[in-house]
Amino acid sequence: MNRRRKLWTLFSSMLYISAFTFGGGFVIVSLMQKKFVDQLHWLEEEEMLDMTALAQASPGAIAVNASILVGRKVAGWSGMAVAVLGTILPPMLVLSAVSLAYQAFATNPWVAAALKGMQAGVAAVIVDVSWRLGSRVVKERDPLAMGLMVVAFLLSYAAHVNVIYLILGAALLGIAKALWMGKRRAA
Amino acid sequence: MMLAQLFLSFLQVGAFSVGGGYAAMPLIQAQVVERFGWLTMAEFTNLITIAEMTPGPIAINAATFVGLRIGGVAGALIATFGCILPSLILVSLLSWVYARFRSGQAMQTVLSLLRPVVVALITSAALDILFTAVSAIRPLSPDSFSLDWMNAALFGGALLLLRRWKANPIAVMAGCGGMYLLFTALTGGMA
Repeated sequence: MNRRRKLWTLFSSMLYISAFTFGGGFVIVSLMQKKFVDQLHWLEEEEMLDMTALAQASPGAIAVNASILVGRKVAGWSGMAVAVLGTILPPMLVLSAVSLAYQAFATNPWVAAALKGMQAGVAAVIVDVSWRLGSRVVKERDPLAMGLMVVAFLLSYAAHVNVIYLILGAALLGIAKALWMGKRRAA
Repeated sequence: MMLAQLFLSFLQVGAFSVGGGYAAMPLIQAQVVERFGWLTMAEFTNLITIAEMTPGPIAINAATFVGLRIGGVAGALIATFGCILPSLILVSLLSWVYARFRSGQAMQTVLSLLRPVVVALITSAALDILFTAVSAIRPLSPDSFSLDWMNAALFGGALLLLRRWKANPIAVMAGCGGMYLLFTALTGGMA
């Protein structure tokens, strides 16, 4: 496959995957695996797993992170650029259309009523997600993790401490713990 | 000036949302609702609803929506670029660190402490959204909370469907919208 054709395939694959993926980074990563590992054989299965772990560990949207890693691996810097463009173009176009419609329709009482009802649905979806994530933390029975979860919740919800400080604090604590564990292993 | 603020706000969303998906939600809320008041909490809740029903990461959806609102097409492009710039830099850096030091173990340790905090922040945002959803559109007096009974019932039913029967989230949201519309029509419209 020549270079231009490869870039085009990369771009159009990401465009297609991104346009039809509803619901979160993990769905898009499994579709990328199907396309780039099983179908095109551009990546080894192992590589894709490592990339998934990295995409999840890095800040930012998982889909964007994964397309950066895959694009760069497959076709260097220009591969990275076209893969990211393919990933963000569909949501940008769809949201632009929705945003225009929103300005026009949000004042309509019937549209407002439908949106109001949908708010109850989205609240249920997000409460369900945080319930599931929270019980996973509780099940691990790590007192440090559970304590952090409770303290972070109180600081954020009751004391309105800036979200960024809480994330930075947890990251620093994690780095300190990793260094301490490394030192103990060395000793 | 506005564009610079948009850029910096979404730069922070991109740089500090770890763990994907819903992790960006509390950060967007902090910047867009609490810090700059670009959207009200009700508009933010609508944005999350729209983001759930359309493809793409929540952060990119929010950047486009808020950017267009505040600064037109240039605003949308700048906010989205701000949102992905930290990824472009940090992912390249982290993949180098990963390949060089194979420090998967240390990264796992850091993530194992970040995860419970992110869960706590998502829960905090979830409660704000729930509160917005079940408060009436027009409260009787501005400083008293009045409960929207219909939406509280819809929330309860939706949560039951999701937890007990693993119902499709998009179908549940659309169903709630339809039920509320029907309820409004039956109770005599918006009068």
